[in-house]
Amino acid sequence: MAYHSFLLEPISCHAWNKDRSQIALCPNNHEVHIYKKDGTKWTKIHELKEHNGQVTGIDWATDSNRIVTCGADRNAYVWTLKEGTWKPTLVILRINRAARCVKWSPKENKFAVGSGSRLISICYFEQENDWWVCKHIKKPIRSTILSLDWHPNNVLLAAGSCDFKCRVFSAYIKEVEEKPGPTPWGSKMPFGELLFESGGSEAAAQTSAGGGGGWVHSVCFSHSGNRLAWTSHDSTVSVAEGGKTGMLTSLSSETLPLLCVTFITENSLVAAGHDCYPVLFVYDGAKGGLTFGGKLDVPKQAAQKGISARERFQNLDRRASESQSTDKDLNTLHKNSISQISVLEGGRNQCTKFCTTGMDGGMGVWDVKVTLSLIVRFWL
Amino acid sequence: MSKNTVSDRFRKVDVDEYDENKFVDEEDGGENQGGPDEAEVDGLLRQYPSATGGPEGLGARERPGGERAELLVVKVLSSFKSSDIEKAVGSLDKAGVDLLMKYIYRGFEKPSDNSSAVLLQWHEKALAVGGVGSIVRVLTARKTV
Repeated sequence: MAYHSFLLEPISCHAWNKDRSQIALCPNNHEVHIYKKDGTKWTKIHELKEHNGQVTGIDWATDSNRIVTCGADRNAYVWTLKEGTWKPTLVILRINRAARCVKWSPKENKFAVGSGSRLISICYFEQENDWWVCKHIKKPIRSTILSLDWHPNNVLLAAGSCDFKCRVFSAYIKEVEEKPGPTPWGSKMPFGELLFESGGSEAAAQTSAGGGGGWVHSVCFSHSGNRLAWTSHDSTVSVAEGGKTGMLTSLSSETLPLLCVTFITENSLVAAGHDCYPVLFVYDGAKGGLTFGGKLDVPKQAAQKGISARERFQNLDRRASESQSTDKDLNTLHKNSISQISVLEGGRNQCTKFCTTGMDGGMGVWDVKVTLSLIVRFWL
Repeated sequence: MSKNTVSDRFRKVDVDEYDENKFVDEEDGGENQGGPDEAEVDGLLRQYPSATGGPEGLGARERPGGERAELLVVKVLSSFKSSDIEKAVGSLDKAGVDLLMKYIYRGFEKPSDNSSAVLLQWHEKALAVGGVGSIVRVLTARKTV
């Protein structure tokens, strides 16, 4: 596990390039900074200044080497590298509230932007006019879209929203692609079609099934696209499987709300949030159950020293407890909430490394094998 | 032109009411459900003095509404012996612990004679089982108990 502290400010969002040698991140202001890895150090090589408001989402299209950024100034820019500098192209999103998140599609011919205008803008490049054009998905979204994730077939899009629901839409653009084949989520996929919505009427019968519980902070498709996981502000994590079986399992966790989630294999997820450490969840497809796998940040055991009587009294006076450290001392890698998690190596089916950035301005790189073996040792 | 700017009655108009995109909360508050039968619960209490039947029995009825239910729950919780609280909490499932937490916080809102002390004991035990997640669920729950 490696940790690098970039800034003292929160990192709003980040994105990696193809070989993971460069990271683009927003240091909680209107700019995007690109850092390059130099051995163990990181040096800033570019500053992308075009937005007038905080940059809320960055995504790096690894194959075509373009960066898309979206911000609170209601704009999105597509940046291309020309002669060593990044040149922006404005994309008119036609939204009247801040943009919140942006994701390139798997084939990188379009991208989706979620915003506070209660709609998703799907943008694609129109060759004839040499211009980015966007289409809107509006119904039945009723509040801000907080997170987006594309299905591997380049057409389906999952969106997590502040109206407490996670949905799967079709973002099929006939100008840039052919009709997609049927998937477990549905076979008819005209643009804007709603294929799945969480928290439907069956939630009324189950008080704890996360139905109508909290804002959906993060959504993630599995590598095959058949499973969809999302985390919600009521401290639950849920997995749905596409298809007629339509299983929806939720786990009410004992932690504070989780802000980001990603699949690391087809059956396991890593999520992180306000508790400042990543957590593993295991999904059993056969039984349809989601279980807590363990906390992935195992702190080094602090050396237990003897405490003198005088220290005891002092602690009792100051903290109303005799021990030296309360368990509110953060002995986790990140010292503040983790806001974003991204897979570095191995893809979503056999992830070997993932990275987390948070509000402490730091970035942690986690080695899956190492952290999992630590859990095993911890629990034994 | 100057005549138009004299009156400021327009400032009293609530423009959000006329916004056709306004978010209308569809969830019903679940307030119309009948509360647990007082007599039934009293009967249960007499039958099982160190009852585990209390919170579980209430958990089976999903959203008992209103003040009556809340007072009833506080009464039931107060009737438990301190040593039995842990066992009772242990016998609940996850949904039960969340429901218990909701009632505990409702009870905190309207404290009576000794209720807060008892509720704090329940809170400690429920927290040990449910974790901070159960408290978060109380705060984010849209169907209030």
